[in-house]
Amino acid sequence: MARLNLILVLIALACALSAVSANHRSRKLFTELEAAQKRMRDLDVEWGQLQLEQSTLAAHVRVEKSAREKLGMKPPGPAQIISVDAATR
Amino acid sequence: MKSIKFSRSPLLSERLPPWRQRLVLVVLLGAFAALIIRSLYLQGFNSEFLGDKGRARFERVLDISATRGRITDRHGDVLAVSTPVRSIWAIPEDAQLTPAQVRNLAILLEMDVREINRKLAAERDFVYLKRQLPPDLADRVSALKLPGIHQKNEYRRYYPAGEVMAHMLGFTGVEDNGQEGIELAFNSQLAGKPGSRRVIKDRRGNVVEDVESIHPPLEGKDIVLALDSKLQYLAYSHLKRSLEENRAKAGGVVILDARSGEILALANLPTYNPNNRVKLVGAQLRNRALTDTFEPGSTLKPFTAALALESGKVRFDTPVQTAPGKLTLGTATIHDAHPHGMLTVAQVIQKSSNVGAAKLALSMTPEQMWTMFDGVGFGTPLKLGFPGEVGGRLRPAKTWKPIEQATMAYGHGISVTLIQLARAYQAFARDGDLVPISLARIDTPPLNGKQVFSAQTAREVRAMLEMAVLPGGTAPKAQIPGYRVAGKTGTAHKLEGGAYANKYVASFVGFAPASDPRLIVAVMVDEPSNGKYYGGDVAAPVFAQVMGGSLRSLGVAPDAPAKPIVMTSAEPVREEM
Repeated sequence: MARLNLILVLIALACALSAVSANHRSRKLFTELEAAQKRMRDLDVEWGQLQLEQSTLAAHVRVEKSAREKLGMKPPGPAQIISVDAATR
Repeated sequence: MKSIKFSRSPLLSERLPPWRQRLVLVVLLGAFAALIIRSLYLQGFNSEFLGDKGRARFERVLDISATRGRITDRHGDVLAVSTPVRSIWAIPEDAQLTPAQVRNLAILLEMDVREINRKLAAERDFVYLKRQLPPDLADRVSALKLPGIHQKNEYRRYYPAGEVMAHMLGFTGVEDNGQEGIELAFNSQLAGKPGSRRVIKDRRGNVVEDVESIHPPLEGKDIVLALDSKLQYLAYSHLKRSLEENRAKAGGVVILDARSGEILALANLPTYNPNNRVKLVGAQLRNRALTDTFEPGSTLKPFTAALALESGKVRFDTPVQTAPGKLTLGTATIHDAHPHGMLTVAQVIQKSSNVGAAKLALSMTPEQMWTMFDGVGFGTPLKLGFPGEVGGRLRPAKTWKPIEQATMAYGHGISVTLIQLARAYQAFARDGDLVPISLARIDTPPLNGKQVFSAQTAREVRAMLEMAVLPGGTAPKAQIPGYRVAGKTGTAHKLEGGAYANKYVASFVGFAPASDPRLIVAVMVDEPSNGKYYGGDVAAPVFAQVMGGSLRSLGVAPDAPAKPIVMTSAEPVREEM
């Protein structure tokens, strides 16, 4: 009888400890999840800012200005355009 | 004192009165019952209140912010995006700062020390010191650890294309709510809804457990517009150059996709920079192409001709006598400043004869004309959902006098918006039908729209419009090397205080390639005042540049030899007003 009781007490103790550790692990994982989600939001914000920067740098006004002034480019005249038939290419 | 063992105590042998035993039992039972009742009361009756109190000790409600959706063009280029910023606010009563602290704050916020002191002296519980500060700067402010100074997360909207797209996109206010343009029209989809959730925080402030989400946040949806930013830039830059050359007051360009009805570009001038709206006046804000009407002038003649063809009374080669260049109806006279003599219906359009158009109109009833104008969408707003959209003026047919019917044939006494005009030309660019036009990108283009003219009529008018840009027409300057073009000029006197003034609106509406129209471009230039004012001189060149550039950028196959049919320096036929 006393032995059975001892075994039951040990089992109960093991269960209690594993519950504690499971809870602790879940909280740790949750903190990690939180950190990952925060990082996701931060990256999303950064993505938006980079998109903004890209759009600003690739703005047609800017591209045309650099093409004309820095690179000395100009639109081709009608005589310089040869149209190629898509089928014969 | 002699000690005795407890078991030998004489007290034990003494008998107690029986009531004492019972009294103790009753008291103990009573106490036990009181405990049970108390615990029932706490556990059952009062448990919710106590539970809340307990949870309030360790649970926190966190707000989750939602970002406003991005606006992109049809290729995914970002046109408007929100990024987080912070606003610095203060509780003046708590903000007891030393002069040195105020100075530091003023340097970071780039504000005047006196202004900060004035704001902090306010008799209020809440003042904004500076709104919409970049996050890195805001971090430096919070590093000062000033009492009574707080921060709030907000969003600021940026428009990388600046003034090029200003009218189309509109802008948002400081609270990130749409106030103009697409931002307002699509506000309910763009705006996100912030949510909140309940969490358990530990001693160090970390979230350790998610209890429940009270409202899940609703992120704003991204909007994909039909706009093509390259075409938009082409339209904007050529319109701008033309306005400068012609010293015009205002102008607008609309590019429509003839197949799908999408608005590929819509540019207005004067414009503004939506990123910096400090000195904004009403004229800059107006999206003229959608909200301002004008008398279109000769650009309406093709509709008169189409109706005449449709009624079966004339064919495209039926002769119309336009000599001697005037037509008197009652007390009023319609003039052709350059009399043409005998013209065919097609030549009436090509040479833009007022008398010819009036004669065609008078062969029909006012009701027929009204039904046609109404059918192509004049007089009713397009219902794009765009704020401030108007429908123009088309009076009921019953009130028309013959002279009014005749002037309406060449676009006077009726007013339209530029976008309505472009949309109505769909009927000629397509085979006589109109499809709804759209601000947002359409993935499956509509097949057939509302039929307003027969396909045969549309093809004949298309041929007439092609003649108008050929030698002998009013708009050889609208020619584009490599493409067949069809279009019509318009030059109208402006109405001022009920009378026609010596100010003009030059316009051109056309489409290309004429063999299989892909794009419709409408150009309007308001009050050109540098000598030239004819639609064929002012608006047609803008059309040619915008259309040519757009077709090339879309990779539309040329349908004509690359050489221009006539040098564009040749003098065009003067159209009538």
